[in-house]
Order: sequence, then structure tokens, then C-alpha cells
Amino acid sequence: MTNKTALYDQHLAMGAKVVDFGGWDMPLNYGSQIEEHNKVRQTSGMFDVSHMTIVDVTGADAAEYLRYLLANDVARLKVKGKALYSGMLNEDGKVIDDLIVYRMTDPGVSGEWFRVVVNCATREKDLRWMAEQTARLDVALTEQPELSMVAIQGPEAIEKVKSVLNESRGRLIDGLSIFQGQESEGWFIARTGYSGEDGLEIIVPEDEISEFWAALADAGVSPCGLGARDTLRLEAGMNLYGADMDETVSPLVSGMGWTIAWEPESRHFCGRAALEAEKAAGVAQKMVGLVMQSRGVLRGHQKVIVEGVGEGEITSGTFSPTLNLSIALARVPVGTGDHAMVDIRGKLVPVSVVRPPFVRHGKKVFS
Amino acid sequence: MSDIRNELKYVASHEWIRDEGDGTVTIGITDHAQDLLGDVVFVELPDVGTDVAAGDDAGVVESVKAASDVYVPLSGEVVEVNEQLEESPELVNSDPYGDGWFFRIKLSDVAELDDLLDADAYGELCEGES
Repeated sequence: MTNKTALYDQHLAMGAKVVDFGGWDMPLNYGSQIEEHNKVRQTSGMFDVSHMTIVDVTGADAAEYLRYLLANDVARLKVKGKALYSGMLNEDGKVIDDLIVYRMTDPGVSGEWFRVVVNCATREKDLRWMAEQTARLDVALTEQPELSMVAIQGPEAIEKVKSVLNESRGRLIDGLSIFQGQESEGWFIARTGYSGEDGLEIIVPEDEISEFWAALADAGVSPCGLGARDTLRLEAGMNLYGADMDETVSPLVSGMGWTIAWEPESRHFCGRAALEAEKAAGVAQKMVGLVMQSRGVLRGHQKVIVEGVGEGEITSGTFSPTLNLSIALARVPVGTGDHAMVDIRGKLVPVSVVRPPFVRHGKKVFS
Repeated sequence: MSDIRNELKYVASHEWIRDEGDGTVTIGITDHAQDLLGDVVFVELPDVGTDVAAGDDAGVVESVKAASDVYVPLSGEVVEVNEQLEESPELVNSDPYGDGWFFRIKLSDVAELDDLLDADAYGELCEGES
């Protein structure tokens, strides 16, 4: 028995091809994932992301708890609504999940709380892990399954959203900086996303989502499925949990070094000791981008051969609709230079090694 | 429901075959196959003049989602390939039975045509899969 979001019937009515994703019946596309991808790069598209798990973290020790739970540091969030991307690591310094945490109140106020959004496929183990780490602390974790979530992304996304909302919500959106969200009459509107474009992620009570989704569609925002979501995030150089990292690898070899807050040194976060040991011993691999000029498509698990250096593996690969060639994220030996070969069904094909992202705001960004 | 044409023949690997009546057949992949693949981004086809045997893999269709071999349903010589697919692979999605055709074969054994599935049999096969 799979789960269905509150928008399921609307997806079917809009022609969605539905697939099982982490136990949820989700739209893969509504016809052509490439057309949906291009809509997000050029105008606007919307995604039902209600399958994602929302957990509110409250209690007097909420901040202290998250400062131990996450490799990134919520103390960096100085303003109400600000968001942070972080890995949640186990004691071995390996990635249990990646997540976004929003500061829902100003720092230090009484009743200080946070909202965390984690992946759906990892929901159960995440909740179990998060609950285990609350021991001895005054923290309550409250899952919010009755909340729906929609991402509206693209250069015209914010204008389109404002056109279907009231003035006070429009003003609230105008006041959002990038990576910040605010509550508004039971909604939570955040300027975040997973596409490499500007846009919003909006958390709405389940019984209000249908009307909002329909209004967005009427305003010309194209519905987009998981297919486009994947090509967009890969062009944007963003990791996908389960493909680019999981519980067998550390953030240091997953392109997530920037999400580890080493300072202050006194902060003891879960996995810190293991990461320090890994650094001291010398990190053996790194995450890079690959670009293939010849015809074909790079795929996850294909072997990467770096002459004179060693071997690596593609963690996710796809065809980039924006660049009209194939791109990939790959974990390779640290000594890898500008070129490598990929084993595509027994044939060695040359690729260039670049620093992700590949695309930001509709434009190629690697050289 | 996918589009299955009565005038065509099929094989279980989701290629369609049109008997041109002159000893040649035209081959492509079915609407059901393109739907499973999703957006096609590259098609690699055999060279004209290649001798092929029924069951050979003669190329690859790559969609955003996956790579899939193209099987030759009948033996013979490749006499024409659809060069338009190099520039416009999306024709496989938009017009799988028309402009999205793959290649044409001059048959070496016309009797092989008898082994193909008709539209009803292929339709049943697709239903059994889904």
C-alpha cells in the first residue's frame, strides 16, 4: 500500500505518469520531463513535494540538540526564518541523511524552535535516530504529516506565486532573502529549492493545498514531476541522498565539506571525531562533475578511470537538457585532474572533470 | 493506454515492423516502449550495409532515464537508417510509428515474417507487463 499526497487526484487529472518513490505514488512526469525541465529554467514550474518529512523541533534545548545532531551549526542562523543545509551524521561520520533546517523563532527567545525537512525514503530511520539523540535533553520532535508542500521554481516563479496570493503574503515574499522562510497565517513560505533557480517552497495545511495548486496551474505554472526534479538538481550540482551519498560515505567525499561547521572547535557534533580522524589521515576521494562531449548518457555506477591515478565511480548521471550533453557527479581519487575516462558498456569514453554546479539561473557555469 | 496499430507486426522486445511489400521492412519502437523509456535523447543505429540477424542488438536508445538496446527482429541487410533521429531524437516520443522510425532492412528470409506478433497478441503482452 503506497502513500498518496493530497494532490494525487489532481496529478492524475493533469496526465501524470505516477511511480512509486520511497513508498509514495508520485508524478514522474506529466508528458515530457525535458519540457518540464525547460519550463523551470525559462519560466516556472511546480512540484508536489508533500512526500517529504517535516519535523518540528521544540523545547528549551532545541538549539543545543540540533547543534549536536547536525554537522552544520544552527548557531549560524542569526535571523528568524533563516535556513541551513546540513548532513545528519552517525558516530562514524557517515551520512544518515541530508536535510534543511529552518530557524522558526529569533535566537534565544523563550519558546525557540526549528523546523527540519528530511527525505521521505529515509523517514523511519531518521525519526528513530533523531529520537535517540534527544536523551537527557528537553526536546520534543513533532512530525507534521498533515502539512503539504509545494516547490515553485524558475525565473518567473515568485511573481506567479504572488499573483495568486493575498497582499500580505505577497509583501512577506518580497521581504524574504535567499534561504529564508516565514510563517503566514498557517502557511510557511521559504525562498529555497532544489533546482538551481530562484523560487519558493511553501508548506500548506493539507486541506488548502488543492486550491493553491489549481490556482498556480491557472496562472500558468507548469506541473513538473520527479524526472525534471532530478535533471534540474543534477545540473545545479546538488546531491541526491541514496545516490550521491549514504551511510557508507562521509560528507568529505560527497561534495559536502562546505556543510561541516568546524568552528567553534568546542562544538561537539555527532560524527565530528570520525571526520577529524579522516581529515588527519588524508581524505582519499573527492566529488567532481563530469561532462561528456560525445553522444551518450552517463549513468550512476559507471566506472571512472583516471590514468595514473586510480578509479572512481559515477554517483548520478543524466542528460542535461539545458546543456544538451551528458553530465554526472562522480566520486574520484583526490589526485584527479581535468580529464578522465568513463566505462560505458565496455567502451572507454573521455570526459572532462569540472567543479559543479553545471547550471545556475539557466546558464552554464563551469569552464 | 498505449497506441497499437493493427497494420503493423510486433516482437516481444517492443519493436514494430512494417512490411513494405517489396522485400523490405521498416522497424521502430512501439508507443508502449517510448512511454516506458521517457524522453529519448540519443539513438545509436547500425550503419547502412550492415548484415544483421534476428535477435542481434543493433543499437541503443538512450532516454533521460535509461539506456535500452535495440533488437533486430528479422534477418537481412540494413538498407536505410533514419538520420533525422540524430538531430531530433524526440521524434521517437512524439511519432513512434511515423517520423520516429529507426531503420529499414532488406529481408534475407521472408518466412521470418510469420514469427511476428500481430496487434492483438502484442497488446496482450503489454497488458501482462503492466
